[in-house]
Amino acid sequence: MLHIARWKATLIALTIVLAFIATIPNFFAAGTVASWPNWLPKSQVVLGLDLQGGAYLLYEIDRQDFMEQRLRTLTSDVRSAMLGSGDRIGYTGLGPQGQGVQLRVRELDRLDEVRQRLDELRNPIDSSLFSRGRIFEFDLAVTDDGLVRLTFTEEGLAERIRGIVQQSIEVIERRINELGTTEPSIQSQGDDRILVEAPGLGDPERLKALVGQTAQLTFHLVEQSIAATDVDRTAPTPGTIRFPSAEDPGLVYEVEDSPLMTGEDLTDANPAFSQNSNEPVVSFRLSTSGARKFADVTQANVGRRFAIVLDSEVVSAPVIREPILGGAGQISGSFTVESANDLAILLRAGALPAKLTIAEERTVGPGLGADSIRAGRAAAIIGTIAVAIYMIATYGFFGVIANLALLVNLILVFAVITILGATLTLPGIAGIVLTVGMAVDSNVLIYERIREEFKRGRTAITAIDVGFKRALGTIVDANITTMIAAVTLFMLGTGPIKGFAVTNMIGIVTTVFTAFTFTRLLIATWVAWRRPTTVAI
Amino acid sequence: MFKLRVVPDNTKLRFMRLRRFTFPVTSALVVASVIGFIFVEPDYGIDFRGGTLIEMRPLADDISVGSVRSTIGQFNLGDVQVQEVTDLVDDTSNILVRIELQPGGDEAQQVAVGQIRAGFGDSVEFRRVETVGPRVSSELASKGTIAMLVTLFAVLAYIWLRFEWQFAVGAVVATIHDVLLTLGFFVVAGLEFNLASIAAILTIVGYSLNDTVVVYDRIRENLRKFKKMHITELLDNSINEMLARTAMTSLTTLLALAALYIFGGTVIRSFIAAMMFGVVAGTYSSVFIAAPILIYFKLRPGDLSKADETRAVDTV
Repeated sequence: MLHIARWKATLIALTIVLAFIATIPNFFAAGTVASWPNWLPKSQVVLGLDLQGGAYLLYEIDRQDFMEQRLRTLTSDVRSAMLGSGDRIGYTGLGPQGQGVQLRVRELDRLDEVRQRLDELRNPIDSSLFSRGRIFEFDLAVTDDGLVRLTFTEEGLAERIRGIVQQSIEVIERRINELGTTEPSIQSQGDDRILVEAPGLGDPERLKALVGQTAQLTFHLVEQSIAATDVDRTAPTPGTIRFPSAEDPGLVYEVEDSPLMTGEDLTDANPAFSQNSNEPVVSFRLSTSGARKFADVTQANVGRRFAIVLDSEVVSAPVIREPILGGAGQISGSFTVESANDLAILLRAGALPAKLTIAEERTVGPGLGADSIRAGRAAAIIGTIAVAIYMIATYGFFGVIANLALLVNLILVFAVITILGATLTLPGIAGIVLTVGMAVDSNVLIYERIREEFKRGRTAITAIDVGFKRALGTIVDANITTMIAAVTLFMLGTGPIKGFAVTNMIGIVTTVFTAFTFTRLLIATWVAWRRPTTVAI
Repeated sequence: MFKLRVVPDNTKLRFMRLRRFTFPVTSALVVASVIGFIFVEPDYGIDFRGGTLIEMRPLADDISVGSVRSTIGQFNLGDVQVQEVTDLVDDTSNILVRIELQPGGDEAQQVAVGQIRAGFGDSVEFRRVETVGPRVSSELASKGTIAMLVTLFAVLAYIWLRFEWQFAVGAVVATIHDVLLTLGFFVVAGLEFNLASIAAILTIVGYSLNDTVVVYDRIRENLRKFKKMHITELLDNSINEMLARTAMTSLTTLLALAALYIFGGTVIRSFIAAMMFGVVAGTYSSVFIAAPILIYFKLRPGDLSKADETRAVDTV
């Protein structure tokens, strides 16, 4: 029956009023809303990056780079293991090979001993509750002819990458917090990716520089400096490593490969100005153990140079004039005030455990964002008015009812978006406009059905009653299929496209809800009031 | 009071008769679309091909499509497309630059963007910069295809559940028709094919099914009501009964989309254009494909199960 119980009618009206109240904060500026008393609704629609401007950056752990680094340390671990404590086992050809480290043992009768010594390097990893037994980072294979290989295990590598993702997220959070201007979201995605979404940022390049830089700082004693042109002519001395100079492209430093200190020994770093030249520098403080180490080394090496290496480039290579005992120092280089400041941030926040590359970037400037809001709003208003006029032209008085339902539907859509805290994007606005176009379909279905029933000779009131009931079934069926498509899109989509799926889904739900409640209430009320004898649809 | 009626009352068009004409023509179009999509290829955007898209607004007077092309040309970035896009409403124009995927992985893309940013400095406003690396682009492509297939299967299952298998197959065939024709439309209209296009197509799938289900709903009802009627006549009647609604809904949806196309800005224009085409295709297919195909599946009024009949009686 069309008749709706009074309590139901009240409930429907109440829902609509509450929904309308929920949308109110959207009509005011964020600053105004913040000053409202707490009992008022305050949440506003969250605008997507494409509307407020901002950066969407998908970072990926550089696996290759990580593996190379890891194998390099493993190589030197193997070297010292083979050296034993004074009891060296002879071998040749030690070095990284594919996904592992390989060497050939000469003393074939001591293979068991080799196995024993290298077993420790397999590095068991504590992993999740679900795995049975222990996971090792490396597999050890020893053949009878003395070929020894330590290779990454699949689980071990995956576990390491997982750990790196978590660590990197923490580091990135610290760095961006230091920047202090935006409220970014940083989350892991897939196995080896990190998604950084930073809204409303004027200069995405600075953010990229801050987030993406590994910032691995090491201090090394310099063996010698060579001209870049001579690098290929000489082989590096064993136990050394070469880094190009950041300041002078013609210069390469050959330094001891084990660092004196790393960025982890730093407790603080700040931008400052050099007392001698008044140039921007970065001053740092060392931890107690770091300070002791540094004091010892500088004491023993007065007169030698040490290289300050940042991400495989020598920033500067000062001469140790006197022992540095206080645990504080300065890094000079060709810094600007901003780059000194950024480096200080990076050093304070710590190094990324592995190199990150940008796999996907989408940055929208504030200008385009504002334009998109304006365009989206204009399109929504014009689209809605056009549809409303068309409905009145076709259905007259019933068109007005349909338009009221449309208005309620839109209020509900905005209320749901506001309450859920869903992000509104430009495609999201398109989703709402599409909802406008398709929402009136439920009224069309109802009206056409009523017309039909009336033409078949039913009385006006029965026609309305039966027509309504039959049309509702169709409305549900039709909208569920649309919903299926929207849900898949939601699961597939990222960023703006997801916003489209969200408003589309919300629109479908509110459309069905409005048809079952509000439209029905309106028509029932009208029927009870006018007792129509004819259907003028 | 005058009322606008796109479809006059008591319209009786004989749609089923037209199938001898529409089926071959539609099939030919679909085949052409598939061939065009595979061999001519649409204008794949960076989402699937990888590469960089930059939208810039000139701030200095001497910035033009030509000057942008020559500035970028000096960086040797391979295939570079420079194009001017004009907003239909406020008549501002921006320059859209697309650069192909640079060899050398993720980092090479960033290097290219860095060069361009530095190359233009403050002479342009960078409104939008998008880069997609090689790994992400291939993932997006497979994700898009999977989403499409999952949707079609889910819908097939749902309609099978609610109707008979013939309806399910018919709806899916009609939907595939719409998807394939839209793919062809991308090629012919020269629209960029990107992630938004997949969204557009999925929306079309939703819309087209909506339309088809409404028509099927009526066919099912009539099958129960008129057990003796010839199937061709029954289908014709069902479509004619629903024609006013079909036309009305297509038009309101198109109206809303047209507003978006004209006023919604350049960013989503091709997304909207594809949807508008899809709405037309979806409406066409509900009438000219989804319904007549039931004849070929030998759907007869008696095919409806007993359970359905009792339910039908209940609802009267």
